[in-house]
Amino acid sequence: MTAPRPLLRHVWIVFLLLAAVAPWIVSPYELSLLGRFLALSILALGLVLVWGEAGILTLGQGVFFGLGGYVLAMHLKLAVLTPQEIPDFMTWSGRSELPWWWQPFTSPGVALAAVIVVPGVCAALFAWAVFRRRVVGVYFALITQALALCFATLLVSQQELTGGFNGLTDFSTLLGFDLAAKGTVWTLYWITVAFVTLSFLGLRWLMRSRFGTMLRATRDGENRVRFLGHNPTPYKVFAFTISAMLAGIGGALFTLHAGVVSPALVGVVPSIEMVIWVAVGGRGSLWGAVAGTLLVNFAKDEISSALPDAWLYVLGVVFILVVTLMPRGVAGVIEDAVPRLRPASPRGKVATVISPAGGAS
Amino acid sequence: MSAVGAAANTQVLLTVDGVTVDFDGFKALNGFSMTLDRGALRVLIGPNGAGKSTLCDTIIGRVRATSGHVYFKGEDITNLPEYQIVQRGICRKFQTPGVLSSLTVLDNLLIAARSDRRWWRSMTAASAAERARADAVLEQVGLIERRDMLAGELAHGEKQWLEIGMVVATDADLLLLDEPTAGMGPAETSRTAELIHSLLGRHAVLVIDHDMSFVEQLGGRVTVLHQGQFLKEGSVAQIRKDPDVAAVYLGRVEH
Repeated sequence: MTAPRPLLRHVWIVFLLLAAVAPWIVSPYELSLLGRFLALSILALGLVLVWGEAGILTLGQGVFFGLGGYVLAMHLKLAVLTPQEIPDFMTWSGRSELPWWWQPFTSPGVALAAVIVVPGVCAALFAWAVFRRRVVGVYFALITQALALCFATLLVSQQELTGGFNGLTDFSTLLGFDLAAKGTVWTLYWITVAFVTLSFLGLRWLMRSRFGTMLRATRDGENRVRFLGHNPTPYKVFAFTISAMLAGIGGALFTLHAGVVSPALVGVVPSIEMVIWVAVGGRGSLWGAVAGTLLVNFAKDEISSALPDAWLYVLGVVFILVVTLMPRGVAGVIEDAVPRLRPASPRGKVATVISPAGGAS
Repeated sequence: MSAVGAAANTQVLLTVDGVTVDFDGFKALNGFSMTLDRGALRVLIGPNGAGKSTLCDTIIGRVRATSGHVYFKGEDITNLPEYQIVQRGICRKFQTPGVLSSLTVLDNLLIAARSDRRWWRSMTAASAAERARADAVLEQVGLIERRDMLAGELAHGEKQWLEIGMVVATDADLLLLDEPTAGMGPAETSRTAELIHSLLGRHAVLVIDHDMSFVEQLGGRVTVLHQGQFLKEGSVAQIRKDPDVAAVYLGRVEH
């Protein structure tokens, strides 16, 4: 294999620089959108691990996104109150006291840790219970979809505890910083870019380690792996948990950028949309997942402001086209066009270099 | 370790003791017993539906015995989870090649060769000993030139060898090979027989097959199963001449 052309191999530096200087280039509105969509792409990166690598289709990622978003939003609601006050929506619903499980979130440290810990623990317990019973494939997808439905329904029905259908909104400060100030908005944007980069690098390391090999092995033949003496369950549980933690981080950052978290962002339909972003970008590719998320969401913003009713139809058609015509997504199309962009993993090397020789065997 | 069954004899590796597997009234195995010595070869034959694959499934824990027990190195493994049975030293090659198709040939073997199978150890690189074992097996099964190829791109016979290699790479004391020559031509079949011979001594091998020419090349003792029960045991020549075995294979069971 010839050495990859340095220019192509280092194209990511250009993207990272562009992302870093975006606040000076784009309008505040576009920056707000970019921040939100980059937050969503953290969740999408997690889906590459769990769906692309481990082959586990989950239709409940909105739950973990929501958990991350809600625990931070609870803190944001409490941060502006004096100890005796309770959030406005609770007063409207006739409550006079803060529920006990809201109280820890008065502390910013607890809330920030909970952004990762709450989705992580929930996902680990759920995944352990389900994967241990060897529930796989479409059955697993259906259970996760039911989970998303339950979660959204619960949020809506508990108006006085969760803010109900409207969710939690109207935030003003985080750690004493004014959320409306330009400096805070830009800093939050850069933090989001940093989280995307760190998640990307962390997952790339994990996927290139033997852990990643074991996930792909489990996807190819779970029974073969089991009959080689490995227990596949902890691998799947760990992958699912990591992806839930990333979804939680994405949810918290999204909440900060959008200024709201509500059941409409976490239910069945948004959870399916999340999978579509990754399908469009290419579920086997980390950069594909980021690209797919940005692509689909900017398209959604354009199309739904021009033709509000058309968006879901467009999304449906795009999904069908991608699945039938380009199963490896945008990333697959680009990687085939520019073979040297392929990751330097064994998979990449083999598929580009050795496969022609395979015909001779 | 408790001395159970025939385990008083330390040469005995595997004891199947009166195993019955009942699938809703259909007895795939009916009180079947056998023993296998360390490092020995045994060929299991029998008509379709005789219970050969069910026996393999029961030994590795894929199917649970309705009654009876399986002992391995004197330990009752009848109800252990599959991966723990493998960790005790039994590994099986399935009838249809079960290679991990999107991994390279080397990665397939490295997964099999992992000595520390705790999941978090997968975050570190493979040890030198594991790499050496994988390379040795590559040599042994003749796939050294396919090392970096995707397993899914191998020819059918090569997939069979790769899976035999994976089973060998686990360094199990007992290898169960379910129709290792399925879909192979005569040349590949004899290579497979040679390969299996090279494994004996270090591993005990239980082979299921019904290609008689392959069974003859293998030699060794043959056990015949019929309708889930033990029918005959002997050398290939003895089994060839046996009227009961012939009757079973020709479908004329006379009582």
